[in-house]
Amino acid sequence: MQDRVLEKTMEPALAVSDLNVEILGENGAFPVVSEMSLSVRPGETVCIVGESGCGKSMTALSLLRLLPDSARIASGSIRIHGEDFLAMGGRQVEDFRGDKIAMIFQEPLTALNPVLTIGEQIAESVRQHRKLGKREAFARAVKCLELVQMPDPARRARQYPHELSGGMRQRAMIALALACEPKIIIADEPTTALDVTVQAQILGLISDLQKRLGTAQVLITHDLGVVAEIADRVIVMYAGRRVEECSVYELFDNPIHPYTIGLMGAVPRAASHDGEAQTAPERLTDIPGTVPPLWDLPKGCAFAPRCPRASARCLEERPPFIEKTPGHFAACWEHDNVR
Amino acid sequence: MVAYIVRRLLLLIPMAVGMVVVTFGLLLLIPGDPASVLLGQEASPEAISNLRNALGLNDPWYIRLGTYFAHLLQGDMGRSIFQNQAVSEIIAGRLGATIELAVVALVLACLIGITLGVIAATRQGSLVDTVSMVFAQLGVSMPVYWLGLLLMLLFAVTLGWLPAIGRGTPFPEAVWAALTGRPQVLLDSFAHILLPALALAANSAAIISRLVRTAMLEVLREDFVRTAYAKGLRRQRVIIRHAFRNALLPVLSVVGLRFGALLGGAVLTETIFAWPGLGQLTITAISQRDLPLIQGIVLTFAIIFALVNLVVDLLYAAVDPRIRLG
Repeated sequence: MQDRVLEKTMEPALAVSDLNVEILGENGAFPVVSEMSLSVRPGETVCIVGESGCGKSMTALSLLRLLPDSARIASGSIRIHGEDFLAMGGRQVEDFRGDKIAMIFQEPLTALNPVLTIGEQIAESVRQHRKLGKREAFARAVKCLELVQMPDPARRARQYPHELSGGMRQRAMIALALACEPKIIIADEPTTALDVTVQAQILGLISDLQKRLGTAQVLITHDLGVVAEIADRVIVMYAGRRVEECSVYELFDNPIHPYTIGLMGAVPRAASHDGEAQTAPERLTDIPGTVPPLWDLPKGCAFAPRCPRASARCLEERPPFIEKTPGHFAACWEHDNVR
Repeated sequence: MVAYIVRRLLLLIPMAVGMVVVTFGLLLLIPGDPASVLLGQEASPEAISNLRNALGLNDPWYIRLGTYFAHLLQGDMGRSIFQNQAVSEIIAGRLGATIELAVVALVLACLIGITLGVIAATRQGSLVDTVSMVFAQLGVSMPVYWLGLLLMLLFAVTLGWLPAIGRGTPFPEAVWAALTGRPQVLLDSFAHILLPALALAANSAAIISRLVRTAMLEVLREDFVRTAYAKGLRRQRVIIRHAFRNALLPVLSVVGLRFGALLGGAVLTETIFAWPGLGQLTITAISQRDLPLIQGIVLTFAIIFALVNLVVDLLYAAVDPRIRLG
């Protein structure tokens, strides 16, 4: 408890302000992330939730300046431990990556080099940032694999990615990210590509490691179950913008934005058994319509065309992202009418 | 692994048999007759017929083929009709020169091709990229004999920097000479081999550079390259250790195939530069219809090519751990 109080007075490890990312398409540039701000303190986990195409992966990649050539950061700032990451030159960015801030990718089979052993890939990172010799770096790599509870780590370190199962590969990916003990971890859908049973294990591992190492974490996901499991704070994204931001408890108890509520209703819940007559499971609600293409966003609120509460104003004017109740932000004109 | 190698070597036997049969069949079909060539245009039909009998050329084809195989099993590839020498001796005497030329050409082709390809890929769309690809296009379009003559004209005749024709001391001896205090012998060997090897290499260098460029561009888009950057590795390391090692795989297969093409191209190059190898010999043998010699040369080339492919396959498995041989 005391740690949490202390954490709240600490400087954020990662502070993003007004980030705008655009993609250069055939007909010019269009925004994929607009006015994204977030801050994460040591020991805190912020989850970014949204559907495919909402800009969450682009946000994650921007945090390490790993955007593809077709995309670029148009404006905004990213501060890592108070330092301006976007102003840094190539060498310094390389020094920061892996050492101060690291990323766990979604699909470990393609994210790992097929012709190098797991141990070599982890050791590489250590040798780059810590200037260790080959043997020491490899020993350190084995230690990292132990940390992520890889069975038989010394043997696995000498194996290639294709020789490992999906869960083990993701553990290797996590070990890779943690090799130099970065204080900030960005995880882009780390469990999406895994079997359900393995998902739970990996999530537990990530959670555990965070408690032990006190890292500041940003976890991207589309799965509200993951959010419930692991998040301290949640940001909900839609069409490249934040639509809601609050603590995880607030999200599930008092969601404000109609999109968030729609997402909640779409989560399957098991029917309740109370010994006697079972209550029939509620129908899953679905949100009618589809996410608008980012190059052709509607005027006004991007969600308005699909929103059950939309008013004329919603279709004309984009609602600002403001604090509705203490610590709880949302972008909605009609939030008072939602509940 | 050993079992795999043994199996591949054993497969050489049916391959060799097939080669001999096909070559034999082709030679039966082409017009022309060594006896006429040997005796000249003025010879009488009787003389020609007698010589043909003496050479066994009038025997039915199955007897000729059978006899050839019988001798082959004893390591005897027959006697050259024109040079009055065992075919195996003739080939042994000239094989070294061709292999030397083909190997140096392959090394040059790889060095030039890979360098150009990697540079073009990492600076995609830049001037360097365009210029490299123009060179590649030229290299593919120019016939080797024409390029050979051009190089000879420029460097040997006009500038006088390099010798025009002939071969220096064979490399094994030249290296030994250099190690025992006579480096000029090795330099001389290099000087002689440079122009023919360049002419021979141009085509392959062009093909390899385009292939490397394409493979690199694809690999650079892969997720694991992004992971490598995410780890904070220096760009050079990412390109060489992560991207290139994966781009190497398709390139390796092509390199093996190109060696076969180099052996073939050597025929023209050797003629132009008077390089004393099998290539030159082949042209002469074919024009003279020296059947045993032609068969011997074709068989030799086929076996070399098969062995090179075996080496490429082994290298492939060494580079890519996902490949299991056998």
